[in-house]
Amino acid sequence: MSLLAVKRLTKNFGGLTAVSNVSFEVESGAIVGLIGPNGAGKTTVFNLITGIYKADQGEIVFNQQPISRLATHRIIALGVARTFQTIRLFQNLSVLENVLSGRHCRMKSGVLSSLLHTPRQRREERAAVATALGELEFIGLREQAIQLAKNLSYGNQRLLEIARALATEPRLLILDEPAGGMNEQETINLVSLIEKIRNRGVTVLLIEHDMSLVMRVCENIVVLEYGSKIAEGRPDEIKRDRRVIEAYLGTEEDE
Amino acid sequence: MIDRRRVVYIGVSAIVALLPLFLNAYWVDVLNSIGIYAILALSLNLIVGHAGLFNLGHAAFYAIGAYTAAIINTKFGIPVLWLIPLCAFAAGMFALIVARPIIHLRGDYLCIVTIGVGEIVRIALINNVFGITGGANGIFGIDRPTLFGLTIRSPYQFFYLIWAFAAATVLLFHLLEYSRFGRALNYLREDEVAAEGSGINTSHYKLACFVVGAAWAGMVGNIYAAKMTIISPESFSFWESVLMFVIVILGGSGSIPGMLLGAFLVVGLPEVFREFANARMLVFGAAMVAMMIFRTQGILPHRPRTYDLRGLGDEEGRA
Repeated sequence: MSLLAVKRLTKNFGGLTAVSNVSFEVESGAIVGLIGPNGAGKTTVFNLITGIYKADQGEIVFNQQPISRLATHRIIALGVARTFQTIRLFQNLSVLENVLSGRHCRMKSGVLSSLLHTPRQRREERAAVATALGELEFIGLREQAIQLAKNLSYGNQRLLEIARALATEPRLLILDEPAGGMNEQETINLVSLIEKIRNRGVTVLLIEHDMSLVMRVCENIVVLEYGSKIAEGRPDEIKRDRRVIEAYLGTEEDE
Repeated sequence: MIDRRRVVYIGVSAIVALLPLFLNAYWVDVLNSIGIYAILALSLNLIVGHAGLFNLGHAAFYAIGAYTAAIINTKFGIPVLWLIPLCAFAAGMFALIVARPIIHLRGDYLCIVTIGVGEIVRIALINNVFGITGGANGIFGIDRPTLFGLTIRSPYQFFYLIWAFAAATVLLFHLLEYSRFGRALNYLREDEVAAEGSGINTSHYKLACFVVGAAWAGMVGNIYAAKMTIISPESFSFWESVLMFVIVILGGSGSIPGMLLGAFLVVGLPEVFREFANARMLVFGAAMVAMMIFRTQGILPHRPRTYDLRGLGDEEGRA
């Protein structure tokens, strides 16, 4: 049964069609890659799924529930979490507080209990800090918990974004170029981290330009070009697909 | 670290509490003004300092609170301090109504609209809106506040009322800062898209901080009305909003001690240098310029929150 179904999704920006009639499904428990040349509309698809953009046409169904008209924070609360292509951490807050932002939607304290620090509020707060530290442990940044996010290395900032997303207890994790700016070793570690995330029962959908990473971790790949889906299948099928090769390498004139 | 801070807070509170013993009525009254501006700045700090929303119309909420107290007290004779919750409610509701349609505006756009709101309220008061605000003359004959049968009259008595309120505000806002709510405002300030993308209802929190900040300013308005016994629109001019804003920026956006120090500097210092009245504004302006160049984060910048992590790593597995 599919956890996420994108159906005939279309998004226009003025005269430009960024995403055109794209459909695909993500099975529960899978690791799915969304690839394509620059400007193919991959990040737009992610922004549509997470409600940052509203689709002009089409439908997005998550866990049998249509989500295309919901506000972003509602979609996150339903169990979709994401990272950003350009790192969007809360730079001047501590690493721990960045992860705590992910806990926010699972907490309940309002203004009054926050003003008065009721016993329930204190318990909730302490549990949230414990869970956040657990996520930092999971990605290996436990030691840096009290540093400011901006003082982390680039690769660690990417990891912190993943921890923040995981703290929302997602069922679907959407990673937008998680290996962008990472070195060889960091990328290798990322592959095992993504597998560890899946083993926690979280479904993963990712955009990535590092083809070796995509081919290694993804069980299913969706290829976009100029906003349209041109191929979908297992990594070995995608590698041999004529249209994919053309999209990436261009056509040879004399063929 | 935390203990040292607590010692500083208790020490400063003790010194402030004893100040009236050594000062004449005039200087105690200056301290009262400082206290009022300190609370106003603390309430504005939620909006400007924590959530990063520029609000240059805070005097409007202060005015709503003051006029609510004045009108109901003079018309129906309800003791003025009993009206504090109503003043908070009126200012908060007003904030909710005016902020709802403008809250999505960013930075300078929001700032300009809030200036407009402040001016609309002031002009509405001058024009005797609904025939209840007394026009340009304002409202006079507001009762003195009474507390446990004691009528608060002299500056010395007001000193303890105002500074007790300030102390309660400091304590409550400190607790608020260390909470889900306080953090949500900071996420909003740092990166709105990332905050929404991490599951925070950003428009809700923008509105909520406006409402809480406005409600607090409304309560200060009540105390101001009771202290003056006469209020008029000129007490709630654009300049008042600017003063509060300056205290927040100068003191250190997001920092509670910064608001207190800022109020002392912005409201207190001009009184100290009253002899140099002509040069006062010049010095004040020059100090602001110097600040913005050399210490943009304010005199006492906001400090990162600390979390007690002891034992958490180990208890994880068991809990």
